[in-house]
Amino acid sequence: MIQFLVHDPKDDVGVAVVDIESGTQCSGRILANNQMVGAAAIEAIPLGHKMALRDFAVGDTVTKYDCPIGKVVKPIKAGQWVHVHNLKTKRWA
Amino acid sequence: MASRKIWAYRRENGRVGIRNYVVILPVDDISNAACEAVAHNIQGTLALPHAYGRLQFGEDLELFFRTMIGTGSNPNVAAAVVIGIEDGWTRRIVDGIGKTGKPVAGFAIEGKGQIRTVAEASYRAKEFVQWATELQRAECDFSELYISVKCGESDTTTGLASCPTVGNVIDKHCASNGTASFGETTELTGAEHIVAAKAANDQARKQFMVVFDDYQQLVMNQKTDDLSESQPTKGNIAGGLTTIEEKALGNVEKLGKKTKFVGCLKPAEAPTGRGLWFMDTSSAAAEAVTLWAASGAVVHLFPTGQGNVIGNPIEPVIKLSGNPKTVKAMAEHIDLDVSSILQGEMTLDQAGDALVDMIVRTANGRFTAAEALGHKEFVLTKLYRSA
Repeated sequence: MIQFLVHDPKDDVGVAVVDIESGTQCSGRILANNQMVGAAAIEAIPLGHKMALRDFAVGDTVTKYDCPIGKVVKPIKAGQWVHVHNLKTKRWA
Repeated sequence: MASRKIWAYRRENGRVGIRNYVVILPVDDISNAACEAVAHNIQGTLALPHAYGRLQFGEDLELFFRTMIGTGSNPNVAAAVVIGIEDGWTRRIVDGIGKTGKPVAGFAIEGKGQIRTVAEASYRAKEFVQWATELQRAECDFSELYISVKCGESDTTTGLASCPTVGNVIDKHCASNGTASFGETTELTGAEHIVAAKAANDQARKQFMVVFDDYQQLVMNQKTDDLSESQPTKGNIAGGLTTIEEKALGNVEKLGKKTKFVGCLKPAEAPTGRGLWFMDTSSAAAEAVTLWAASGAVVHLFPTGQGNVIGNPIEPVIKLSGNPKTVKAMAEHIDLDVSSILQGEMTLDQAGDALVDMIVRTANGRFTAAEALGHKEFVLTKLYRSA
């Protein structure tokens, strides 16, 4: 069983496909090339929510589907939950 | 795909429908009561009450007529009774539907009163129902189906599983010379470059960008914040989608990997040929599906993550979900479960084939979940205030 999926090798977030508990060493699969990747969750990540695959500073862009999906508004560590509390749209702000 | 056959209704104009409704269509809000009375009198008819049709003008009025005439003209409709407060606009809708060659009759309330109007319309509705219920399904080709696609209450699983499953069907259907349409103009924000790159020619690409930029301008002019909680919705956010860009990138997975779109349609405008068409629509489910039904689409594919429950009175809405929680918690709303894609236990191609099977079964008469649950959302798109 895998815990997360990544759309593209250039993405820096993965999507939880099960509810992930904090502290879990997770296995993931990259859809574009079918490669397996690992990541340690340092926060609980609910099914469907995103896990950071690297550290982010405020102002960084998050990439998913090999495209920008928004700007970081609070520092994020690899393995943390990425959502509305630390990521905002760049489009209608 | 090319060899898949369905049992459907071939209408007078050659178009293929998968349902056989006799609709009672109000021209305006104040004729809803008369239409509902006729539908109460005559079993097997379907009243389509709505909120508008008075004092509209300009492009908004054109859209109104296109929607009403298109709804009556849809191949899922066998015959139509139209009731309005006055004869002029009633006649305009009757004449528009009449171009399909199907039976249609109009009645106006002014000068006669509601009771006499309902009586006259009921006699005609009874004739139409008895005629329509003798029509037989005939063997038709799957490629003759005009399919519309739009997702709702999306989450990240729609981008991973249910939207690319629809994309797989779009690729198969359009490769077999089928007709399909996508839209949701604002919900392409952040993925507009991907859509533009899928235009079959320069004209389609330019038309798309004009429509897209125009809708962006509307958002920028009317917004009071960054639209968080409107786009994405609270449901999207609960499902893990954070921004409009992320939502849009999952949305465009419905367009398939190979298919190019051949042209752009105004809201409720009918395609003029086969292939995939972009339609300028809102991203609100009931409004958008009403526009596609009015453009002649006979079956809608609706990926959902968190569990949107929408249906349409004349165009069956097939729901699929890749969220393993939703397919259990809201099983009665889901026609096809594609959640096993997430663990790699089902390929997109297998999921696409399963969705084609579900379309065939639906075309042959199987009620969708939304039909069985009584969803008949008929919601007109209004562009601005009436005069």
